[in-house]
Amino acid sequence: MSLTNDYIKQRLTDKFGEAVSQVEETFGMLNFTVPKDLNLKVMQFLYDDEELQFRFLTDLTAVHYPDRKGEELAVVYHLYNFAQRVRLRMKVYTSVEDPRVFTATRLFESANWMERETYDFFGVNFVGHPNLKRILNVDEMDYFPMRKEFPLEDQSRIDKDDEMFGRGGHIGI
Amino acid sequence: MARPVQYNTKVKTVEIPEGYSGEGFFATSFDKAIGLARKNSIWPLPFATSCCGIEFMATMASTYDLARFGAERMAFTPRQCDLLMVMGTISKKMGPVLRQVYLQMAEPRWVIAVGACASSGGVFDTYSVLQGIDQIIPVDVYVPGCPPRPEAIIDGFMRIQDLIGQESLRRRHSEKYKELLNSYGIQ
Amino acid sequence: MSEQHNITLPEGSIERVTQTLNLGPTHPATHGVFQNILEIDGERVVSSESTVGYIHRAFEKIAERRPYYQITPLTDRLNYCSSPINNMGWHITVEKLLGIQTPKRVDYLRVIIMELARICDHLICNGVVGVDTGAFTGFLYLMRWRELAYEIYEEICGSRLTTNIGRVGGFERNFTPAAFEKIEKFLVEFPKALKEFETLMNRNRIFMERTQGVGPISAERAMNYGFTGPNLRAAGVDYDLRVAHPYSSYEDFEFSIPVGTTGDCYDRFLVRNGEMWESLSIIRQAMDKVKGLPADVFHADVPAYYLPEKSDVYTKMEALIYHFKIIMGETDILPGELYNAVEGANGELGFYLISDGGRSPYRLHFRRPCFIYYQAYAELIKGAMLSDALICMSSLNLIAGELDA
Repeated sequence: MSLTNDYIKQRLTDKFGEAVSQVEETFGMLNFTVPKDLNLKVMQFLYDDEELQFRFLTDLTAVHYPDRKGEELAVVYHLYNFAQRVRLRMKVYTSVEDPRVFTATRLFESANWMERETYDFFGVNFVGHPNLKRILNVDEMDYFPMRKEFPLEDQSRIDKDDEMFGRGGHIGI
Repeated sequence: MARPVQYNTKVKTVEIPEGYSGEGFFATSFDKAIGLARKNSIWPLPFATSCCGIEFMATMASTYDLARFGAERMAFTPRQCDLLMVMGTISKKMGPVLRQVYLQMAEPRWVIAVGACASSGGVFDTYSVLQGIDQIIPVDVYVPGCPPRPEAIIDGFMRIQDLIGQESLRRRHSEKYKELLNSYGIQ
Repeated sequence: MSEQHNITLPEGSIERVTQTLNLGPTHPATHGVFQNILEIDGERVVSSESTVGYIHRAFEKIAERRPYYQITPLTDRLNYCSSPINNMGWHITVEKLLGIQTPKRVDYLRVIIMELARICDHLICNGVVGVDTGAFTGFLYLMRWRELAYEIYEEICGSRLTTNIGRVGGFERNFTPAAFEKIEKFLVEFPKALKEFETLMNRNRIFMERTQGVGPISAERAMNYGFTGPNLRAAGVDYDLRVAHPYSSYEDFEFSIPVGTTGDCYDRFLVRNGEMWESLSIIRQAMDKVKGLPADVFHADVPAYYLPEKSDVYTKMEALIYHFKIIMGETDILPGELYNAVEGANGELGFYLISDGGRSPYRLHFRRPCFIYYQAYAELIKGAMLSDALICMSSLNLIAGELDA
């Protein structure tokens, strides 16, 4: 039988009950949120279950919402089922003061570098990661550039005039 | 039946520099003769990082053959090359690597910055991209474009050839050159 | 006595220590900038560690600053060997967000361009694999055909490599008759060149000995590592986004998916060759289909997102308003969250777009196939010879722009 979003939602709520929240369907893909302590358990369940079989991690990234106090960083996992061709999006929220999330590298090898990239850009600390250091930026960088408070341009450059780019000398649109 | 032998009579030769010629001899200055030899036998080092590198591959291939200009052998080691062709975006992580490669080159050496990213950072005015390689090494010719057409790269190459042909032999030992290198922190 | 973690030398080792070799960011041949620090025992690779980020250009941060149509030139520079696929992928994503339905002719023209780009990318990859084994001829012969493809791009969008082709809703101008002639010429002449290349390489004993058994990977490990695209198909899994989740009317075309068995370099080479033949057949089918459709349709009828014709802008009020809003970046993009993927030349190129209704995306993340499968490189070359390591690297088709974004 083919896997529908309702069936997945039902299986998840049967197993995890109240922990699965904010379930919605956008553009045909099911989204749901789980608390950050359960992220591995949910992914393991989705991996092992014979009918669900979400055994491919398509993407792992994070989004910074500075307005949601206490839950600023959202780590987003995109999972995929090859047999039934179904996509799934799982979100885990964590605060910016204590951004620790369990690593998914034991389950999916592809999560290794994706988590390093997320750490590099957002500062999410993946507990249990074998080699969590910066991957794309220079190693000496001391801030996490993709967070909303940091500007795009390098502030120390002298040959570009921000006035001419319509930025009026202060950074912002 | 063997193919008949063909002689290519339309060979374009390089013009001789100015000098005084007579019966069986030709007198010119060292500068001009050495300049002529150097400019028609440049060994470039293609430092291709991104999209401009693919246009360089197209320039090297048979349609826009760069080997016609004497750049037959691409030296991939800085110790043996004359011309450093930096093609593509140089990020801050790559900057020290580029500087190391430049330092390993022996005099006389020239640098051509191919593409907008190498000349000035290009489209990428970001925290991680070096805004032009002339922040770290002295550059002789800039070729704008994103990516520049092969004809533009060849034009840049020909400007380098002009520079090389007219360069004085004393330039590398002159005060002005030493000052230039010092301003980059290179001894 | 090396500093890398716990290296144990293999049984038959003659050396007492391992040697550290830096296959640094500046490579000979045209690979791209990434670094591999190898620990080698004589000629055998014991372990390796990869470093990327030497061309990190912060695309995702730039995308938060720019309106939607200004992100297209950014997507060009991801996989710059096949930039039209990235462009089209982005446009299809935005169209999905906005709910725009493109007419069939636009879809078929997009298919032609995307398949042409796929051929270009595979030409570079297979040519470079040849160069690394010492066969420079194949590469030089194939570059001529890339020039012909570049001419086709020039007819349509004006530029050769970083094409910025198409707009949200279609194309910026209709294909000229000259473009169609050039595509026909390509379809007639390129198969002969591809056949010649195959005769040179496919059953060449030296090439086969150098690439068979090098860097194999099993299907389960490949899926665990997140492989997609020709590398996964060489390992035996027939996953192709054009068939699994068809976009841009791919369901109207008939083509097969070449699949390998062992996932080694030879299989990857053959899979890419097979895909080039399939792409040629798709382009031929698309050209036939396009002939039957009205020839002046080249974009969807969405004046809110697609620049109206200049003649309308100067005469009609609504067109003037739309023109102004689009150019100033004040279009009403609907808020939403979307993940859409297309079959890039290297695998599943995904766009995770979060829009909050503003002029630029709130968050745009590119799921780049090269970045994800490059992690497997250390496992692929463990125990292989140094020269095999190089061939493995070039057969994976690592494009630096896509690695670092």
